[in-house]
Amino acid sequence: MVAVRARPNRLVSPTLRRHLPLALGAGVVLFLLSTQIGAYDDYNLAAVAIYAIAAAGLNLLTGLNGQLSLGHGALMAIGAYTASLLLKDHRQFPVVVVLMIAMLSTGVIGIVFGFAAARLRGPYLAGATLTLAVALPQVATRYKSIFGGESGLTVPQPAPPAWLGADFPPERWLAWIALAAAVLTMLLLANLLRSSVGRAFKAVRDDEAAAALAGINVARTQVLAFVISAACAGLAGALFAYWSGITSPAGFSLALSLQLITAIVIGGLGSLAGAVWGSVVLVFVPLLTSGMASRVNLPSSVADNLPLAIYGGILVIAMLVAPHGIQGALRRILAIGRARWGHTPGGGQKGVVDWDDPAPDT
Amino acid sequence: MTRFFVLTLNGLTQGAIYAAMALALVMIWRATKVINFAQGAMAMFTSYLALFAIDHGAPYWVGFLVALLSGLLLGGIVERVIVRPVESAPPLNVVILTLGLLLFLEALAPMAFGGQIKSFPPAFSIVGLRFGSTQVAFSPFDVFTLGAVLAVMVLLLVLFQKTNLGLRMRASAFNPEVSRLLGVRVGRMLTLGWALASLVGALAGVLIAPSLLLYPTFMDDVLVFGFTGAVIGGLDSAVGAVVGGLVMGFALAYVGGYFGSDLETVGALVILIAVLMVRPSGLFSLQRVRRV
Repeated sequence: MVAVRARPNRLVSPTLRRHLPLALGAGVVLFLLSTQIGAYDDYNLAAVAIYAIAAAGLNLLTGLNGQLSLGHGALMAIGAYTASLLLKDHRQFPVVVVLMIAMLSTGVIGIVFGFAAARLRGPYLAGATLTLAVALPQVATRYKSIFGGESGLTVPQPAPPAWLGADFPPERWLAWIALAAAVLTMLLLANLLRSSVGRAFKAVRDDEAAAALAGINVARTQVLAFVISAACAGLAGALFAYWSGITSPAGFSLALSLQLITAIVIGGLGSLAGAVWGSVVLVFVPLLTSGMASRVNLPSSVADNLPLAIYGGILVIAMLVAPHGIQGALRRILAIGRARWGHTPGGGQKGVVDWDDPAPDT
Repeated sequence: MTRFFVLTLNGLTQGAIYAAMALALVMIWRATKVINFAQGAMAMFTSYLALFAIDHGAPYWVGFLVALLSGLLLGGIVERVIVRPVESAPPLNVVILTLGLLLFLEALAPMAFGGQIKSFPPAFSIVGLRFGSTQVAFSPFDVFTLGAVLAVMVLLLVLFQKTNLGLRMRASAFNPEVSRLLGVRVGRMLTLGWALASLVGALAGVLIAPSLLLYPTFMDDVLVFGFTGAVIGGLDSAVGAVVGGLVMGFALAYVGGYFGSDLETVGALVILIAVLMVRPSGLFSLQRVRRV
């Protein structure tokens, strides 16, 4: 995002002209959708948006720059605790300011982690970030006076502005905030990925030595990817704090980090749309499975655990039948459709598929 | 000084268990270049099976054997049925696959055995040994834990270094293509490697179950600390796994004892980062990291 702003001439580039209408279209569709569904579904929609921001950031790091992070939940925790601490002392801080500060502070901390991560490869980076995911919530437990210990910090729900009416559901307002943040993040990331910075990310992922020979500073590129990814996680974390109303160590367990990595692989590694699909799966599959489990009459020990068992089973089966995730499967279906009905690529049915980089990742 | 002594003994026992877990992870990494995140959950499941046998009247040792043998079987089945089809898939896919297996097993266990926390009987007394009039925090069961882990490690060493089967297993991991040309049944060797690793993991589970109690996620921390130990030691080195596991055991014991147990994992993180900043591929890795 930094790089996009640093080059003002890019703001009128063809890339933006392609992405801006898509972003506006997505915004309108999501706006209409959010007004048609109930407050509970608005709440779930907000969750999808939050996960999508974090997953998009992680996909940029893991899918496009090749750095495997199993600790993005910890970076979300940094954003969430920043927001919660700000709101503890200044309850009336505007949401935008809180989100920006959380994003920036997580990005700055991301510089430190990024330098460490740039030295590590593959499973060693995975091990380091995994330990980070386990260790960081412990800090919050330890320093109770600042971070509120196990019970955490409460976060006031953002109140809808008065002009929306007194009985406007706060869940919908939250969903609007989260969706706006998500669409904006996707737009900025999509632009970034089409720029020289995005190409450098991919070059470093594919072959570090070749990238270095081509004049790319490998370490700096890796740190930059980590910082941008961390900023996304921080933004998602701050939104998550608003969403859950409480920021506690339990909310940022190892499970969250693993869910994020799951989302990007199920959705499609290396594609922004994949991050969205993955987040939809993450939010709605557990809801669906627990709905199904509660309808069948089962003993409680089975009914309570059936959703998790199905979820785990879906992960295993998805990796066996769709190794390139949902986005990969969609691409194949579209490619088959085009070949059969003679559609030229780029014409006719486009939709969300054009959001991400055209070259499918192997 | 007494405190230091007690913490050292605790660290040694815990470290032996982390070392076993680390060794299981390293064995699978060396054979198939997969980090098996389901290792802990598999050990959890085999511990439940052992308790199931014990609860139905079997003596402890039968339960112990049930854990080890079911570990052997489970590891083989997982490799054959789930991992084999994704052998050539991108490495992250296999990571997600093992995570899915982890969630599945952690949901299956309470369905099959009930969700409440259960106690697991130890093989020997867990009351500290007495030397004259002083009692130390080192129980007969701790001695057994150390002995069992040591015995398994020696057996594995003999298997890998002294037998024809071990040579074939090492060859399969080192270069599958050439091994296949030389007539080694590489597929079988990989299945056997997973099965043996899973047995070592099951041992860790059954040894730590008495002190952690049995519940579906009880092995999660052991897996994380074992993985951290394996990374510290270097994922390609079995010796490194044992050393790394022991380092984790001591580190967690000292940090927990002197700074409070809620800083244990932070201590683990600091040590891990410190080691990796000096040696990015772990202490015992022979691989040279290519710098660009």
